[in-house]
Order: sequence, then C-alpha cells, then structure tokens
Amino acid sequence: MLPHYFNHLFVTGIDIYIADVLIILTSLGIVSVLTYFKKWKWLWREWLTTVDHKKIGIMYILAAFAMFFRGGMDGLMMRTQLAVPNNHFLSAQHYDEVFTTHGTIMILFMAMPMLIGLINVAMPLQIGARDVAFPYLNAISFWTFFFGAMLFNLSFVIGGSPDAGWTSYVPLAGPHFNPGPGENYYLFGLNLAGLGTLASGINFLVTVIRMRAPGMTLMRMPMFVWSTLITSILIIFAFPVLTVALSLLTFDRLFGSHIFSMTHGGMPMMWVNLFWIWGHPEVYIVILPAFGILSEIIGTFSGKKLFGYPAMVGSQITIAFLSFVVWVHHFFTMGAGAAVNSFFGVSTMLIAIPTGVKVFNWLFTMYKGKIRFNTPMLWALAFIPTFVVGGMTGVMLAIAPADYQYHNSYFLIAHFHYMLIGGTVFGVFAGLYYWWPKMFGMKLNERLGRWHFWTFMISFNLTFLPMYLVGLMGMTRRMYTYPPGLGWSHLNMLETIGAFGQGISMTFMLINIVWSFKYAERDVTGDAWDGRALEWSTTSPAPEYNFAHVPVVYSRDAFWDMKYSKNKEKYQVKEKPYRPIHMPNNSGRPFLMGFAFFISFFGFVFEWYLVGGIGLAAVFYLMFQRSFEYNTDHYISVEEIEHTEAVTGRS
Amino acid sequence: MAYPIDAHHAPVDPSVPLEYSTEDGSLKILGFWIFLAADIVLFSCLFATYIVLHNNTYGGPTAQQLFDVPGFVAETLLLLTSSFTCGLAIFEMHRNRLQPMIGWWIVTILLGMGFVAMEISEFAKYVGEGANITRSAFLSAFFILVGTHGTHVTIGIFWMIALLIQFIRYGITAVTARKAFVASLYWHFLDAVWIFIFTVVYLSGKVS
Amino acid sequence: MTTHSDVHATQDTAIAPGQPINHEKFPWKHIVGYVLSLVLTFAALGLVLSSALPLTAVIVSIVILAVLQLLVQLFLFMHLTERHGSATHILTLSFAFFVAITVVAGSAWIMTFRSSVA
Repeated sequence: MLPHYFNHLFVTGIDIYIADVLIILTSLGIVSVLTYFKKWKWLWREWLTTVDHKKIGIMYILAAFAMFFRGGMDGLMMRTQLAVPNNHFLSAQHYDEVFTTHGTIMILFMAMPMLIGLINVAMPLQIGARDVAFPYLNAISFWTFFFGAMLFNLSFVIGGSPDAGWTSYVPLAGPHFNPGPGENYYLFGLNLAGLGTLASGINFLVTVIRMRAPGMTLMRMPMFVWSTLITSILIIFAFPVLTVALSLLTFDRLFGSHIFSMTHGGMPMMWVNLFWIWGHPEVYIVILPAFGILSEIIGTFSGKKLFGYPAMVGSQITIAFLSFVVWVHHFFTMGAGAAVNSFFGVSTMLIAIPTGVKVFNWLFTMYKGKIRFNTPMLWALAFIPTFVVGGMTGVMLAIAPADYQYHNSYFLIAHFHYMLIGGTVFGVFAGLYYWWPKMFGMKLNERLGRWHFWTFMISFNLTFLPMYLVGLMGMTRRMYTYPPGLGWSHLNMLETIGAFGQGISMTFMLINIVWSFKYAERDVTGDAWDGRALEWSTTSPAPEYNFAHVPVVYSRDAFWDMKYSKNKEKYQVKEKPYRPIHMPNNSGRPFLMGFAFFISFFGFVFEWYLVGGIGLAAVFYLMFQRSFEYNTDHYISVEEIEHTEAVTGRS
Repeated sequence: MAYPIDAHHAPVDPSVPLEYSTEDGSLKILGFWIFLAADIVLFSCLFATYIVLHNNTYGGPTAQQLFDVPGFVAETLLLLTSSFTCGLAIFEMHRNRLQPMIGWWIVTILLGMGFVAMEISEFAKYVGEGANITRSAFLSAFFILVGTHGTHVTIGIFWMIALLIQFIRYGITAVTARKAFVASLYWHFLDAVWIFIFTVVYLSGKVS
Repeated sequence: MTTHSDVHATQDTAIAPGQPINHEKFPWKHIVGYVLSLVLTFAALGLVLSSALPLTAVIVSIVILAVLQLLVQLFLFMHLTERHGSATHILTLSFAFFVAITVVAGSAWIMTFRSSVA
C-alpha cells in the first residue's frame, strides 16, 4: 500500500539533477575535509553538542547564510524568467515552486535565524550574563530550526517543492488541488522550525527579565536588549497561532477533516485569517531586532547617547500591542465589510506613529554627533531612507479602498522588499559587520565592506524601485510570464540586472570574510568600535563564561560610563579572587532530538505513519531521558579562569 | 549568572517554597508560566476556529443531537477533582510529607486516566454513529479542539508518571519540588481549558 | 545569584500573600476552590438545562461563570500570586488573555462576512 505519489519520489529535471550532483559533491567535500583533518570529534564536541549561546548564535548565522544563498538563487531564477516578455526559462509549475520556496526560506529560514543568531551572540553579553536562562533549551531551539529547514529544503530533490506561495492559501494548498508531498513539506518543516522559535522566545524573555547584571534596571538596558524583549513577546504569542494554522491544514490534508475545505461547511478564509494573525506579528519579529541593532550602531558611531530612549522603549511596546490588531490589512480584498476594513485600516496607520518616533530618534541621535562612517554605520544610514520609502508605501496600502488597486500587484512586492531588505537585511548586515569582531576576534575589511555596501545598495534600488512602477502599471504578483507591449519590459530588465547586481555584491562579502579570517588584524582590546554596551567590556571572542567577574552597572551605556565617566573609580573591580563559575554541561541530546523530529516529520510528509510514529517515540524517549538526568552542570575552576584571563591579557 | 554557586544546594529559607529555592528552579517556573501563556493563545485559535465553524454541520449531526449530558458532566467532574487532588499533592509537598504527596499524585494520575478513557469512548461512540472528523466542518473543529486538549492530558499523564518515579527515588528536594510544581501548573491549566470546552462546546451546544 | 544581588533589576524577592506556606495544617484554600468549582459548574449546567432565559443571556451567563472558575483555578490552585522576583508571569498571562480575546472575538467578527456575502 504505497502512497500514490511514491512513484515519483525523486524529482526529475535537468536542474534538479545538477542540484543532486552539487548536493552530493558538497556533502562528500565536507565529509572528506572533516575526515582528512580529523575534525569529526572537534565538530561533535565543540559545535554539535554545545550549549554555549555564542556558538549557537554562530551556528544560526551560518545556517541562515546557507539559506540566504538558496533563497537568493530562487530569486535570481525568478528574475531570469521575468527579464524579457514571453520567456520560457522556467515552466509555470517550476516558477510557482521557486517563488514559494524563495518567500518561505527568506522569511523563516533566513531572516529569523539570522536575527535569533545575532540575539544569541550579543544579548547575553550586553546584559552581563554568563549564558541564556535555559542553555539546553537553546540548543534544542537551534536543532529543531536546523532540521526544520533541512526538511523543507529536502523537498527540492525528494518528492517535489511546495508550490502554493509562501502564504500557502487554501484551497490551492488543500488536498484536492495539491495532492503531492510538497505542501506537506511546507507544513511539517515550518511546524518543526516554529517549535524551536517558540522555545527561543521563552528563553530570551526569561533571560532578559531575570539574568541582567546587578544594577541594570530595565531602563538601563541597551536598546537591542529591549528589542529582543519585545520580539520575544511577539514570538511567544504569535507562533502558537502558526502552529495551529499549520496543524489544521495538516489535518485537512492527511486525515480528511474539513476546516478549510470548499465543501462540508469548511471555511478557506479561516486559513487566511489565522495565517495573518501570526503573519503580521511575524513582520515585527523580523524588524524589531533590526531596529535594535540600528539603535546600538547609530549611538556608537555618533559617539552619543541614544536620543529619546524612553520614547524608543514606549514606541516598541506600542508596536507590540498594535501588531496583534492589524492583521486584516493583508486581506482587505476578502470583502469582510466596511466596518472590519475600516477598523483594521485605521489600526494599521497608527503603527506609523511609533515607527516615525523611532526614525526621528535615530536622526536626533546623529544630530551634532561625531559620526564615524564605518561599514556598520553605512548600512544603518542606508536603512533609514530605504525604510521610510517602504513605510510610506505601506501606509498607502493600509488605505482599504485603495488597496483594492494595489493588492497582489508588484507595488506590494516592492513595498515588502523595501521593508524586509531595506529594513531587516540592512539591519542584519549592519549587525554582522558590527559584532563580527565580538564573534571572531577581527573586524571585516572596511574597503571590501564599502564595495559590498555600495554595490548592494545600488542594485537593491535598481531591483525594487521599478517594481513600484510596474505594479502601478498593472503587473500582478506571481505571474510567470507576460506579453510584450505592456510597457513593463524595460523595467523588468532593469530589475533583473539589479537582482544579479545584488548577487555579485554578496560575493564581496564572502571575499571579505575569507580575506579577514586570513589577513585581518586581530582585535586584542575587545572593544573594536569604542562601544557603549557591556559586550565590548570582555575579550573578543568572549571566553566560555563571558565575564570572569560579573559587571556592576550604574547607568545606561554602562561600558561607556566605565571608560569615560568622571566617577569611573566605582567600576574598578576589587581584585577579589575569582570564584568557580557554574556552567551547564554540553549535551548531544538536542541534536539527536532534532534528528528524531526530522525522521518523524519526513515520515509524516509521505504519510508513512510507522516512520512518523517511530520518530516521535524517539523524541519522547529523549525527553524522558532528560527528565531523569540530574547531573546537568559543572564548575569552571579558579585555575582555569586565571589561565584563560592571563592568556587574553586580562588578569 | 544562571548558575549560581549554590544552584542545587541552596540552604532552605523557610519563607521561600522549596520549588523556588534555587535560582534555576525559579527561572524554570517562570519559563513554564510563559509557556502556558503561549498555550493559552494556541487554544484560543482552536476555540476561534470552533466558534466560526460550529454551525457548519453540512447535514450531519448537530451539537444538540450529538452531546450527551451525563457523559460530559462526568468527564468534567473527573478533571475538576483531579485538579483538586493535584493541588493537595502540592500542599503536602509544601508540608514536606512525601507519602501523602505521592498518594494524591497517584490519585490525580488515575483520575486523569479515567478522563482520557471516557473521552476516547465518547469519540468512539461518535465515530460509530458516523459522526467522524470527515463528516462536517463542525465535527472537524470539534474533534481537533477537544482532541488537542485530550492529547495534552495524555502527555501530562506520562509526564506525571515519570515524575512519580523520581519522587519515589529522590524524595522531596529542590529539584523534584520544582518539577512537581511545574507539572501541577500544567495540570490546573488543562482543567481551566476544559472549563471553556465544557462551556463553549458542550453547554453552548446544548442551548442552541 | 542574579536576583539575590540584583537589587535594582528586580525589586522584591518576597513571596506574595498566602504564606506561611509550610505551616498551614489543613488545605482550606483547595477545599474552598474545589467547592466553588463544583458550584460554578452545576450553576452553568442548571442554567442550560432549565433554559428559562433567552439564548444570548444563557451564553453570556455561562461564559461569565467559566471566567469565574478560571479565576478560582488561577488564584486558589495555581498559586498565581506566589512568586520569586518580578511579576513577569502575571503580565505575560495578561497579555496572553489580550491576544486570546483578540483572536477569538476578531475571528468571529471578521468571519461574519459570510452572512453579508451569502
């Protein structure tokens, strides 16, 4: 009794074969390098079993980079297809698959993990903590995200990619119109990654609330920590909604229920409703940490305190509330009636107020500052106008009657790429250049950084500015080709050139990373940028325990205060002897748990319930085993601390 | 920071309940409260779906025809009582009396099993009458909402059994007390969710 | 270590009212809670079975009774006010109720479009 699509388990097609070969070659390459340099044990002990927030953060960033590459390739394939009218580079079906995976991967497997990675790297250091609240759970979060992403990507070569768009609207994504395993990959991959994200949210919230250094009140926290706090709250309350929506659709597809069916009294619109109850807060989940990064960088490189700190905090809290009451603006055209559309149109426009407050605060922070134009600051500076353009067009989309014109046109595509690239991605690049020395002990090269910045900035605008225009000219989203003579052709060609420009631009970043690892000067001060928050007070990279003595905080911008304030004597740590530091043990179980989930969900994708059941049983067994584990932590001895501090010149 | 020197060996401060006596325990209890907050939102989505779909019976049985008053009242009483006995177990734990604590814990598990057994037989009865998950949107939403709660209870039972073994093995310590307290939060929470299922699904089904 | 030394970040490490937990001899709180739950449950059941009131009134009343019973669980069984450090869990729970009510009421409201379309 094989499922009906067992016959075409392995996807065929020339590009897929090329991908198969590349995947096999890359895997072989990794395996042989690891074996040749005898690095297997190192990989397991230092990385796969780690519970250290800094290493987990780096793994998040690495995985997100891989996903960035995959999603970027999808984007380039789409742009190649749309470069000229009547093109047949991709078939319609293939094009559907490519835009689906592009959107899903970029939001869920690139933007989110990239930001969660940066939070992991920087936030505990900024609050003067030695780790997050639940380090073991942190590892579980990473591995469920990682295996969720792997499961989703596996669809490309085994079974076929999902093709109903990243929003996966029913009935198109329902069992009737989409019988293959592709949509199941989407549902299970996202659900698995979603579990990890929820756990991260809880973990970060408890960390920020309960693990701050002595004296660091809420209103003394760096702004990035505030944005982490608010983002965590959004994750905690938005992700259960995604879990439910995905699970309900899974029931419809696997067990024949009728929640979202066209028949038997089902309500397809309920999917749209639930998806966006999650989807809107999700937008803020990927933008608020970027705001936080920006606030750190603009303060540091202007040499000034952040302007309007309380207003910044207030505006983020307001955004958190509002983000849960605006979701209908994603589907005004559903026709829910004048009252509903008016309410959600107005609530959406309200969000422009706190966002505007933040923009002005950044501008006033720079006002009369001594601005240093290093690469992180360049990204931050580009962020502001780009984001304002995206935001203004967002307010246009919030006007419900006008949205009937803009809805699902390229105008919308342009809008959210201005938000997600101009906002999130610029923020991520800024954060990567900024915290690179903290992660790896050296700055990235400034010259290559500027090349990366300018080529990307120009190509980005070249790609997406014309999309506003073609959108207004009537080009709709997800159309796979178009006839000549509509006035779109030249603009589309420009967009394609811009897209390839962005691709080329990314190679500058890759070259920069390789170059810097080999040749860049090592940062021995720990304070690469003359920073303001506590992460710069320890070495780069920080030792396993982060701080030999837990810092005591007396003001906002604590490290700046330590370096330059008049009363800096109070910070002089008494040369008290070190005390042993209590740290969590490494564990291989989170990795195994992620893998068991992967096996289980892979089984469910193909409706092989035996495989699914065995995998789930393994997950529960591992949880049970953990419950009986009482020896979960160890001490770092005083001698070891002394040794580490001496090596980094800090004793 | 998270791991103070005395994480698992804290001196017992009589004003602080044992489960909060270590930093680690207190962090985990807070983390679990936050998880419950997330679970509230999860159930709210299922309730929203049920409320939107509850009249879409597509010619199949309605809530009025389907639900059996003595059956769901009995389920409610089982779960309510188990929530009470779970509270008693924690009460005894706070008095540092292991034997009564274990006793009430076992009673809680048994009542929970009784609840699950009744729910399974209720579902089996409906399916036997042709009222299965594929019959109508109303039934799909009903089975998924009530079934999700039932799955939570079932997981809770396995969890409580795992903890029972640890109480017998290690007695009442800061670690086991924290574990018991967290499990009890989960159990009371499931009772609270059931009250809303009782009200929104069963009772409302009987009035309309 | 955090909260013990961290005087500014978390104002109090006190245990809220309800103590001394260890010295209570008889579980009054739990018994009161249990009796209240039973009374509330049967009151709701009685309202529905007798159905003297109009439909909307019955629904509103039983939902109010359910909310009361939720409060019984939270305060008498779940030791909601008991804490170590800040009251974060209470704030988080409040926000959860805000989101839950928004989701339920919002979905019901938005989905009424069926009647206007059909």
